[in-house]
Amino acid sequence: MRFQIEQRSQPSAAMRFAAPVVATALTLIAGSIMFAFLGHDPVATLVAFFISPLSTMNDISEWLLKASPLILIGCGLAIGFRANVWNIGAEGQLVIGAIAATGVGLFFPFQESVLLLPLMILAGMVAGMAWAAIPAFLRARLNTNEILVTLMLTYVATFVLSYLVHGPWRDPDGFNYPQTALLPEAAMFAPFDYAYRVNTSIFITVAAVIAMWVFTERSFLGYKMSVGGAAPLAARYAGFKESSSVWMGLLIGGATAGIAGMAEASGPLGQLSPQISPGYGFAAIIVAFIGRLHAFGIVLGGLLLSLLYIGGEAVQIDLDLPSSLTRIFQGMLLFFLLAADFLIFYRLRLLRSVH
Amino acid sequence: MDLFIAIATGTVIAATPLVFAALGELVVEKSGVLNLGIEGMMLIGAAIAVMCVFSGLPMMAAVTIAAIAGALSALLFGVLALTFMTNQYAAGLALAIFGSGVSAFIGEDFGSTPTDAVNNLHIPVLSDIPVIGPLFFQYDPLVYLSFIMFGLITWFLYRTKGGLIVRTVGESPQSAHAIGYPVIAIRYLAVLFGGAMAGIGGAYLSIAYTPLWVEDMTAGRGWISLALVVFSTWRPARVVLGAWLFGGMTILQLQGQALGVGVPSEVLSSLPYVATIVVLVIISQNRQMLALNFPASLGKPFRPAG
Repeated sequence: MRFQIEQRSQPSAAMRFAAPVVATALTLIAGSIMFAFLGHDPVATLVAFFISPLSTMNDISEWLLKASPLILIGCGLAIGFRANVWNIGAEGQLVIGAIAATGVGLFFPFQESVLLLPLMILAGMVAGMAWAAIPAFLRARLNTNEILVTLMLTYVATFVLSYLVHGPWRDPDGFNYPQTALLPEAAMFAPFDYAYRVNTSIFITVAAVIAMWVFTERSFLGYKMSVGGAAPLAARYAGFKESSSVWMGLLIGGATAGIAGMAEASGPLGQLSPQISPGYGFAAIIVAFIGRLHAFGIVLGGLLLSLLYIGGEAVQIDLDLPSSLTRIFQGMLLFFLLAADFLIFYRLRLLRSVH
Repeated sequence: MDLFIAIATGTVIAATPLVFAALGELVVEKSGVLNLGIEGMMLIGAAIAVMCVFSGLPMMAAVTIAAIAGALSALLFGVLALTFMTNQYAAGLALAIFGSGVSAFIGEDFGSTPTDAVNNLHIPVLSDIPVIGPLFFQYDPLVYLSFIMFGLITWFLYRTKGGLIVRTVGESPQSAHAIGYPVIAIRYLAVLFGGAMAGIGGAYLSIAYTPLWVEDMTAGRGWISLALVVFSTWRPARVVLGAWLFGGMTILQLQGQALGVGVPSEVLSSLPYVATIVVLVIISQNRQMLALNFPASLGKPFRPAG
């Protein structure tokens, strides 16, 4: 029995949406094999990883709390990816956004002003955009690959953060911990209920999802950018400028990452510290792909990747498994998704031998 | 003089992981494939090498196993990029994330315990010559291995039929296929070789350079290696020169911190990353040189017709 690879006459729409489901299933299967090898009961471990962490109200709150930045950044990155603009340095833009917002929160003269929080959102957004503007300028004007520049700037951003929290911004009453003083009350997003950490910043994510849907499905600019990504020659012929796609793609990604960083400082952390992000900027890349670069898909992708984070924490506490499992699962998910995507464009045909 | 010797030898040593990883990627890219996952493969090599050393294996065995581990992780990328014809950017990125997780998992039990598997060579007479001895004849064996690999790769790519075939596959897979060469198989071999070299580069970091396992210890060297290949305009000698440039940057930064230069250590630490950006910008201006040496099919999937 042999198989032959055959190109489909047109890409399969059904497979496009089935691929993430197939990838998730394959990830779970590969994960259970891995757990078995580690000497853990695969079914019990999978339950501990993916189901038990969603059993209480607090679990749901944590799930949404971590999904929110992933979805927000995923939306911003997907706009760039649609245009073939590869911003993989959202992590750095997130860090810089958090730094700028915390700076405003700590040093704005009117610490009780109702304007403080909106100003911080603005600062986070502008800072994230400014950090992304560097690779945008270099790619649009100087022809420099944005993948490497965004990534290098992520390392630089973490050094800026490290300098500030170890040096001038370190909390004098913080027992020498590398972190800033706590942000004032007016600088924080209100939680829905003080028993849980999920807070009103989630509305920003909801607004971003809607904005992304409108931009990609209903706006001419969004359409132009997608054409530029899918068929650069056609786009050039139609007079769409590549450089404006580069600018838009990177600035939108930077803005969402900057706001996400700000919302971490003004939400669960309440201050700036080196633990500002557990890799949300990188995980959001997977969110965008799993979500098929589509607004509503990204919501599902964000919920899935968030579950990987809280599941990883849960098995670390309950079963003493290492937290690096989260990143292994993230990588496997992306591997399987890319493999499953093959079925969008090709089909396997069973060859019957003719005797 | 002592300071000069320290800086010069330090530069060569700091450059060695980059030389391995970037020369490997050079061969991969010459065959027309772009593997962004070097960071992941280096990390896996680094963690595996430390694990081997702690289980009592000698240095050369640890390095060999790290090379195999690097090649196996590259195989994951190869299956996606070559058999499944997925977007090579995305496949490489997946490998980078996966490798960082897998290496953290492997290295967990060996964290922060120094190893002493790699010793510097002492060649009678030669190593004892003043100045010349320390400058050229007192490195560890892996540094010399990196030079041997440089020579072999240059010779292979430009002086052998095999090298010509690899370059043809990278320039025009259609023609190579038409003449009858197995394009996909050749690309697989190149990808596996690149993975092995990245694995050795990672092993050098964890058992010779640092020498201990720290999570995410490559600190962007895999990505800098990618930049070096662009900087070199796909020529091996320039890869080594570029690696020395970055090695020198690392050493100057360390010396600067030791001497207590009046700038925050974070400014010095970010120098190699900023330098990478500057170097990329400069080389990107020379479009003619890039176009001349750029493997024409780089990053484009190939599917034999029929």
